[in-house]
Amino acid sequence: MSATASASVPARSGAIEPAGRKPGRISVEMIGVYAVLILAALAIAMPLYVMVVTSMKTMPEIREGALFALPSRANWDAWVKAWTSACTGLTCEGIRVGFWNSVQILIPSVIVSIAVGSINGYALAFWNVPGSKILFGILLLGAFVPYPIFVYPLVRILSTLGLYGSLPGIVLIHTIFGLPVMTVLFRNFYASLPIELFKAARVDGAGFVRLYLKIMLPMSIPILVVAVILQVTGIWNDFLLGLVFAGRENFPMTVQLNNIVNSTQGEREYNVEMAATMLTALVPLAVYFLSGRWFVRGIASGAVKG
Amino acid sequence: MKPRRFLRHIPGFIALAPATLVVLVVYIGCVAWSIQISTTNSRILPSSQYVGLRQYEILFANERWLTSLQNLVIFGLLFIAIAIAIGFLLAILIDQKIQGEGLFRTVYLYPFSMSFVVTGLAWQWILTPANGIEKVVRDLGFPNFRFDWIVDQQMVIYTIVLAAVWHAAGLVMAIALAGLRGIDAEIWKAIRIDGIPKWRAYLFIVIPMLKASLATAVVLLSISVVRLYDLVVAMTHGGPGIASEVPAKFVIDYLFERQNIGLATAGTTVMLVTVLAVLTPYVYLQHRRSLKGGHA
Repeated sequence: MSATASASVPARSGAIEPAGRKPGRISVEMIGVYAVLILAALAIAMPLYVMVVTSMKTMPEIREGALFALPSRANWDAWVKAWTSACTGLTCEGIRVGFWNSVQILIPSVIVSIAVGSINGYALAFWNVPGSKILFGILLLGAFVPYPIFVYPLVRILSTLGLYGSLPGIVLIHTIFGLPVMTVLFRNFYASLPIELFKAARVDGAGFVRLYLKIMLPMSIPILVVAVILQVTGIWNDFLLGLVFAGRENFPMTVQLNNIVNSTQGEREYNVEMAATMLTALVPLAVYFLSGRWFVRGIASGAVKG
Repeated sequence: MKPRRFLRHIPGFIALAPATLVVLVVYIGCVAWSIQISTTNSRILPSSQYVGLRQYEILFANERWLTSLQNLVIFGLLFIAIAIAIGFLLAILIDQKIQGEGLFRTVYLYPFSMSFVVTGLAWQWILTPANGIEKVVRDLGFPNFRFDWIVDQQMVIYTIVLAAVWHAAGLVMAIALAGLRGIDAEIWKAIRIDGIPKWRAYLFIVIPMLKASLATAVVLLSISVVRLYDLVVAMTHGGPGIASEVPAKFVIDYLFERQNIGLATAGTTVMLVTVLAVLTPYVYLQHRRSLKGGHA
C-alpha cells in the first residue's frame, strides 16, 4: 500500500520536510492511518460511552431506546440508587458499603506491600545476603503461579491464626501476593543505581537502616510512584482474593458490584447496574487519567519484572 | 562463615526474614500441601487417606473440567494472537508521526485500568441480544440480524475473548510503542536509502527487532490467561450451561460450593504443572539476565 501511495502522490517540491524518517505531507497513506486509528479509538471508547449513557437513562427509556442513544436528559437517579440503596446480596445499602471496604483494604495493603517490597529490593540489591539469589529466583517464579493453588492452604492457615475473613487478613494476603512484583520492581531499580553511592555511605559508617532511610528511600521516588500506581489499581481491581479472604463484612467493591448484577431477582435495572459499574471503575480510571505517563511506565516496569 | 562476616549479614537476614517466611510457607509450603491433598480422598475436610492418582482420574473424566481446559486453550491462543496483532498494528500506526498521539494512546489504554468485573459487566450489557448490539442493528433495518453469541453455547467463549482483547490491546500497544521508539534512527535511514517500502520494512526488519517487546507482551498476556476468572464470573458465570467454564472457576467452585477439596487441589496441581512447564525456561533466562545486571 505504501509503495503505491508514495508513487501516486507527488511530493510537494520546495516544502520544508522534517529531518526524520517520515515526510510530513498528507498522503493517501496518512488518511488511511488516521481512518484506522479513529475507528479503533471509537470501538475502544464505545463501552465506556454505553455505560455512561445507560446509567443516565430511565428504565422505560432503556427498554425502548437504542444502546447508543443519548438519554433524554441527564438523570442521576440510578447513580444515587446504586450508591445508597441497591441490593448487594442480602443487604440493600448500596455500593458505598463496598466502596468504603475497598478503601479500608486498599490503604494499609498499598503501604505495607510497598514497604516490604522496597526493603526486600534494597537488601537483595546491595547487601549480598547469603541465599538471597535463591530467594529472588523463587519470588520471580512466584509471580506466575495461579492463585487458586494457594487458596485452600491459605484459608486454613488464616483460620488457624484467626485472621480469616478479617481486614488484617486480607491486607496480609495482598501483601503476600504483591511481594514478588514489588520486590523485583524495587530490586531492579536499586540494582540500576551506582554502587559507589552505597560504598561511599558505607565508608562514612552508615548502617543498614540509616542507608535505607537517608539515601535509598529519597532516591526511590520515581519507582515509588510506579509501585503505588501498580498496587492501587491492582488491589482496587482485585476480585478473587477479596471474595475468598475478606469475609462478607469486608467484601470489596468489585465483589459487591458483581453481587448487585448477578444475583438480582426479577427485572434487572440496567441503569442502576451501569451506574454501580461506573462507580467501581472511577478510582482506577482517575488514577489512569491523572497519572498518565506514570501509569504507562508502571505497566512497563511491571512488564520488565515479568 | 567467619563470625564477623556473619554479623555483617544480620540486618540483611532480618530484612529478608518476612519474605523468606512467605516463600517457605506460601510459595513452597502451600503448594506442597495442595499437591499432597490432591492425592487423598478429601471432600469437605482434608482427609489423610492416600488414594494415589484417583482424583486425577476423576478430574479427567469430568466433562466440566475438560470443557474448562478446552476453553482455556481456545481463549489463550485467540486472546494472545489477536491482542498482539491489534496492539502491534496500533503501535505502528501511532508511530507514523501523527497528530494527537497522546489522545489516541489514552483512549486505547484506558480499558486496562479497569477491573475484569467492570469489563465483564459492561460487555455483558452490550452483548445481551435483547438490548445490545443485536437490537441496534435490527433497529437499523435488519430485523433478522443475529448476534447472540453470549447466550450461544458454541460461541460464548469468543465473547470472552472479545472482552479480554478490548481490555488488553492497549497494553500491547504501549509495550510495542516503547519497543518501536527504541529502534535506532540509523536503521530507518538505511531503510529509506535502500528504498524498501514501509510495509516490507515493518514486516521483515522492524517487527523482528521487537522480539523483547513481543516476549514481554506474550508473558503478561499469558498471566491473564492462567488467572482468567473474574471476567468469566462477571460476564457469563460460566454459562450458558458449562459452555464458558475455565479451570480457575472450576477449582474455586469445587473448593467452596461443591466441597470437594481433593478434586479441586488436583485441578490446581494440573494448572501449576502447566504453568511451570511453559514458564520455567523463560524465568530462568530472565533470572540470569537480571543477575548479570545487578551488583549482587
